[in-house]
Amino acid sequence: MAENLFLIIAALVIASAFWVVFSPNLIHSAVSLLFTLFSTAGLYIFLYADFIAATQVVIYVGGILVLIIFGVMLTNRIDTPSIAASSKNQFIGGMGAFSIFVIQVSVIFNTPWHIGTEQSRDSTVASIGYLLLNEYLLPFEIISILLLAALMGAALLSRRT
Amino acid sequence: MDSLQSYLIIAAILFSMGIYGVITRKNAVAILMGIELILNSANINFIAFNRFGGMANLDGHVFSIFVIVLAAAEAAVALAIVINLFKNVGSVDVDDADLLKG
Repeated sequence: MAENLFLIIAALVIASAFWVVFSPNLIHSAVSLLFTLFSTAGLYIFLYADFIAATQVVIYVGGILVLIIFGVMLTNRIDTPSIAASSKNQFIGGMGAFSIFVIQVSVIFNTPWHIGTEQSRDSTVASIGYLLLNEYLLPFEIISILLLAALMGAALLSRRT
Repeated sequence: MDSLQSYLIIAAILFSMGIYGVITRKNAVAILMGIELILNSANINFIAFNRFGGMANLDGHVFSIFVIVLAAAEAAVALAIVINLFKNVGSVDVDDADLLKG
């Protein structure tokens, strides 16, 4: 049961990511990205990362994807039924991506990974909160300031002068 | 099936798809979608290594939270730049963004 579910989720991730980069319609790409992000959250649940899965759904699907769809809508004529997303350099891009994939696969299968003993784990939220406020307090604060500055800069850049 | 290698293979496929999208797409927003795929594959790797490495701590989860925050910041700034490009050039085709060319 869990095996089949894992296979279905993995196939969904790969198929929807395929359609994100190959679809001739930009809106179809954006909707396909929704499926990719959702099924990636499913993969996180398989990896016992409940908090990351929830964060993935809230921030990626609820935030970034909506932002991307707004970007599509604001930069195209939406009265045309299909927003074209043309591609070029397919051959070079395909060769480059495929060679990178081959290198990655050979590294994955030739490296003797250290597989530790399986840790049984409760909800990860408490430990992540502890880590963020102790060991990673400074990076946490710096990335908050970075996010604030980036959002203010984005609002400043895109306002109508 | 539920092993470290299977997750790494999924992440490698996502990464290659993202690279292909970034190289071949002409629309700037579609390039942004490819970047999101690449960041997602990095996140899957972080979580998978944290799960299968036998570590008692959750450092990989914290790093993937940082990656998600960086992706949010990057998407906001990139879309502001894309909208400005659309206002100045009239299209979001990256081939048309050659205003600096002499």
